[in-house]
Amino acid sequence: MSTSAVATMNVRPVVRRRARMASMLPYLLSMPALLTCIGILIPFGTAVYYSLQRYNLAFPATRKVIWFANFVSLFRDAAFWNTIEISLVYTVLTVGLEMLLGLGIALLLWRRTVVTNLLSVALILPLMVAPEIASLMWKLMTNANFGILSYFVAQLGFPNFKWGSGSGLSALFTVVLVDMWVYTPFITILLLAGLRGLPRQPFEAAELDGVPTSFVFFRIMLPMLLPYMLTAGLFRMLDSIQQFDIIYAMTQGGPGDALMVFQIEAYRQTITYTNIGRGAAILMILWAITYALSNVFMKNWLHLRERARGRA
Amino acid sequence: MKDKTTNLFRDYVAGRMSRRELFAAAGKLGLTAGAASLLLNRMQTEAMAAGWDWQKFKGKSIKLLLNKHPYTDALLMNIDNFKQMTGMNVTYDVFPEDVYFDKVTTALSSKSSAYDAFMTGAYQTWQYGPAGWLVDLNEFIKDPSASTPDFNVGDILPGLLHSDAWSGVPGEPLGGPGSKQWALPWGFELNSIAYNKRYFKQAGIEPPKNLPDLIEKAVKAQTDVKGIYGVGVRGSRSWATIHPGYLSGLTSYGGSDFTVVNGKLKSAVNSPECKAFTKLWVEMIQKAGPKNWTNYTWYEVGNDLGAGASAMIFDADILGFFQQSGTKEAGNIGYEGFAANPAKKEPTPNVWIWSLAINAFSNNKAAAWMLLQWAVSAEMCGFGATKANLVDPVRQSTWDIKAFQDRLNEKYPGYLEQYQASAPGSKIYFTPQPLFFNLTTDWAAALQKMYSKEIPVDEGLDKLAENVMAQLRDAGITD
Repeated sequence: MSTSAVATMNVRPVVRRRARMASMLPYLLSMPALLTCIGILIPFGTAVYYSLQRYNLAFPATRKVIWFANFVSLFRDAAFWNTIEISLVYTVLTVGLEMLLGLGIALLLWRRTVVTNLLSVALILPLMVAPEIASLMWKLMTNANFGILSYFVAQLGFPNFKWGSGSGLSALFTVVLVDMWVYTPFITILLLAGLRGLPRQPFEAAELDGVPTSFVFFRIMLPMLLPYMLTAGLFRMLDSIQQFDIIYAMTQGGPGDALMVFQIEAYRQTITYTNIGRGAAILMILWAITYALSNVFMKNWLHLRERARGRA
Repeated sequence: MKDKTTNLFRDYVAGRMSRRELFAAAGKLGLTAGAASLLLNRMQTEAMAAGWDWQKFKGKSIKLLLNKHPYTDALLMNIDNFKQMTGMNVTYDVFPEDVYFDKVTTALSSKSSAYDAFMTGAYQTWQYGPAGWLVDLNEFIKDPSASTPDFNVGDILPGLLHSDAWSGVPGEPLGGPGSKQWALPWGFELNSIAYNKRYFKQAGIEPPKNLPDLIEKAVKAQTDVKGIYGVGVRGSRSWATIHPGYLSGLTSYGGSDFTVVNGKLKSAVNSPECKAFTKLWVEMIQKAGPKNWTNYTWYEVGNDLGAGASAMIFDADILGFFQQSGTKEAGNIGYEGFAANPAKKEPTPNVWIWSLAINAFSNNKAAAWMLLQWAVSAEMCGFGATKANLVDPVRQSTWDIKAFQDRLNEKYPGYLEQYQASAPGSKIYFTPQPLFFNLTTDWAAALQKMYSKEIPVDEGLDKLAENVMAQLRDAGITD
């Protein structure tokens, strides 16, 4: 056998190996994403399976598949409709108010000065406090007997305002207020980054042409800022509709059932009552609502992006 | 010197000298009262260890799940002696009460072996026991080789021991035929009135005799004494709101949670008696309760009494006991047994029993039992009652200790009389059934709605009854 033939024989397996590696590369690169997906899908699939069962840990003998009976039972329960309603009201109120307030603060901080730079940093502080701790702090400040906010409200002529322990409405007002204190800075920071990243030319042109400020705001600034607002809104919406820590720490879902949002109702069913089947069904419904809302947001966001690129 | 000291304390433990003589002699040896107490405790532990192999599980490690409570403090004060006596290692986690039972439920329902023993109430064992999460302690109690000869289970107040035993059949009585001993009672509490004597004197009122009288006096106290409210009771959206004053008063009015019809449970929360009592209860809180009542757990109720923010409380007797020392109002707290119904004279307090139980998934059950029998031993109960705050103790022999009685009479005047007036009519007035958490949490939520006038009392209780029956049917407990 000649030397060149031996060399050719040695090279062939190396080439084959390289070709095999090259064909596997896409699969290897997508492996982390696949593993992450599996990590998410296994618990999700388990939750779907549990939601179709009569499954209470305290009654192991009664466990069986009941298909959609948990869902039917939930939708026949007036208390669960209250859960849907209060979760959506809470989400709309917190996201809406935080968006308005966040935009307002971002506009105030838009122009860079020493003061606005300092304030921009200070804004992050509430975000550095765990929501649970922030809630306990607010619980003390709103304590009807000795809270400082109760004192100020009493001085304003409302000595019997009971914050989280009064009516459903006052409890809702209180938890929304705490949510706003914790999360408005998040929206402000996103919108401020968006504002500072906007091109200057349209604003300079408008200024030269003497365009009224309201026109600049509604016709130039807002459309360009909308993708940022949608992104901030999407994040906050996902978080708000799954709210647990602030409401649980402030009122445990009370007074009565006034603040029994999805996560608290699911926690009560799953952890306190060990009713895994019903708890999983509640979370499945929450997932479906979240998925639908996220889709709306994403479609709008994609539409805006396309428009910004001039394709729409 | 060391030998002299050791002999001195051994003489006391052997009964050869009185406590007064012991401390006088210890003083002569230059020992402070604190050091003398520690040594005495050590000697009592040694005496307890004599004649039985406490070192059977030497080298083993057990972990406890505990609630933040003065009883826990009493146990932990002495835990080093237990470790020394047994050669075992003991670790523990302590959680505040508002999240404690969620932690216990999660640990047990997940079949975790992380905790070997834990604190529980009798009511909770109705869910945990039949689900197979607890060890039936009869396997230790009835085995003479498993317990120290002087464990003497007969010394534990029988009503309390039976209250931790149940057959698992909804509606069947506690301690009845076929019962399993799910837990060992450790300390208990009755529900009565604890009041601020200073405020009562200022308002010119005596302790209330019944619920209508209580409402009247609570309103008078908060009117006459500036900056306080009339009466503290629990109100958080939790099972713990129902079992103290509310259920005790409800029982006095002839109400109950269930009736048993042909062996099946039927909700009785909307009976005329329940409605009549609940109307008064809600009126009491609206007129004279704390402003943020719906957040009130036992910590707030107790702290307000101790801090002078409330005129009185209708809650656990021990809660008033704890406020008598180390608080702003220490020395001003009075105690009174209480029958809510004007037509009745005898109090009917619902009983809460802090108990110790063993996790069925523990890998160290026998070692955990060793800790249980030590914690509930006559020595530890006596130590807790005289040196710490383990009141009310579960052993008759502890109640008979003169030093304990003297302590109560000297520092807690009226407490013993309150206990003696409350004890005869006291028992667990809940009907045993495994949906205890569901029923009582929903009951507390219903009370909150009535308090905030979201729903009238009659309608609220009717809806609650419907809801309870639906849950019982769903769990297959009733038809």
